[in-house]
Amino acid sequence: MMDWLQRLGHSSLGVFERLGRGNLFLLRVLAAVPSLVLRPRLVIAQLYSVGVLSMTLILISGLNVGMVLGLQGYNTLVDFGAEESLGQVVALSLVRELGPVVAALLFAGRAGSALTAEIGLMKATEQLSGMEMMAVDPVKRVIAPRFLAGIFSMPLLAAIFSAVGVLGGFFVGVGLLGVDSGAFWSQMQAKVDLQDDILNGVIKSLVFGWVAAWIAVYEGYDAVPTTEGVSRATTRTVVHTAFAVLGLDFILTALMFGND
Amino acid sequence: MQKKNIEIWVGVFVAAGIAALVMLAMKVSNLAAFTSRDGYDVIAHFENIGGLKERAAVTVAGVRIGRVKSIVFDDKTYEAVVTMHIDAAQNRLPLDTSASILTAGLLGEQYVSLEPGGDEKFLKQGDQIKLTQSAIILEKMVGQFLFSKAAGEGKKDEGTAP
Repeated sequence: MMDWLQRLGHSSLGVFERLGRGNLFLLRVLAAVPSLVLRPRLVIAQLYSVGVLSMTLILISGLNVGMVLGLQGYNTLVDFGAEESLGQVVALSLVRELGPVVAALLFAGRAGSALTAEIGLMKATEQLSGMEMMAVDPVKRVIAPRFLAGIFSMPLLAAIFSAVGVLGGFFVGVGLLGVDSGAFWSQMQAKVDLQDDILNGVIKSLVFGWVAAWIAVYEGYDAVPTTEGVSRATTRTVVHTAFAVLGLDFILTALMFGND
Repeated sequence: MQKKNIEIWVGVFVAAGIAALVMLAMKVSNLAAFTSRDGYDVIAHFENIGGLKERAAVTVAGVRIGRVKSIVFDDKTYEAVVTMHIDAAQNRLPLDTSASILTAGLLGEQYVSLEPGGDEKFLKQGDQIKLTQSAIILEKMVGQFLFSKAAGEGKKDEGTAP
């Protein structure tokens, strides 16, 4: 019994310790962000590896998710003779939920894990300590650009995901299933609100980008500098980001759309 | 050269993201419908607005010419005061126009339908539409129908009993 309690205490202390270290680390990263104004090239290089390389995945998944939404939505709506509302169903579910959430999960798998592995390996091969020896702050030089690139690319990726998804729904709904094209767009435009839906979606994706980038760089920086440690850190990045994004999504949804 | 390629690709990425946002704003949401902001407000008192919501459509002859701007309850007359924002282009609505709250289809959204009258003067900013017809509450209709049906059957029974 005492053993069990001790283990529980040990692991909860560990969780809080990690949380605390993560927050302190975030403060250090944020303090390093302003210095990037002088060196925007570092961020651009990271935008390439974080954003551009994720784009293919986002485009293909967005198209597929939109097409599936079109197909499934049509099958349900046609029973009520309301298949004209398909555009509304597809656009609202993409813009409000699926765009930010699925893009964030894909982002964690594609870019977050890569960030963690890269930073973790830099640590394992003592490149980070080497930088410190040369009086180069690795947080400023390595971590902050990646963090910023993550935050910046996430809303763009989510927007691309939603836009491509709407097009996918359009192809399936109008092209394959014969929903009227004018009704598809007009129902969508009548019900999707710029501020309530699109802006809130962008805010969501910003929050998710923040969390995903934070977890990715922190896990990399905090990884045990061995081969096994890096592999564990990479797994943790994906798992923790998924938890954090899905949990935060519920809270944000309740705050944004709960009271109407 | 390598660096230049990277920068071009980042440019493509950012442009695609912004284009997607613009597409969502213009094509998917109702931004385009909101561009004609200028217009004038008219108010109407309704006994019952049913399920009318803010931003519902205001139509004449089925064509949308404005939106419901606000709905408030007036505690002096115990009526709902609906403020409607009419597009500036539609400035030739007669003063004795009547307003009624209708439902699009059986289960659809409720909207305000304006019926032009014959007055020579036109509605302007702040005017009140005097002739209004409340929303039809389906439950009340069903209740009335059942009641009249029951009353009718009661009479029939009386007639045939002796």
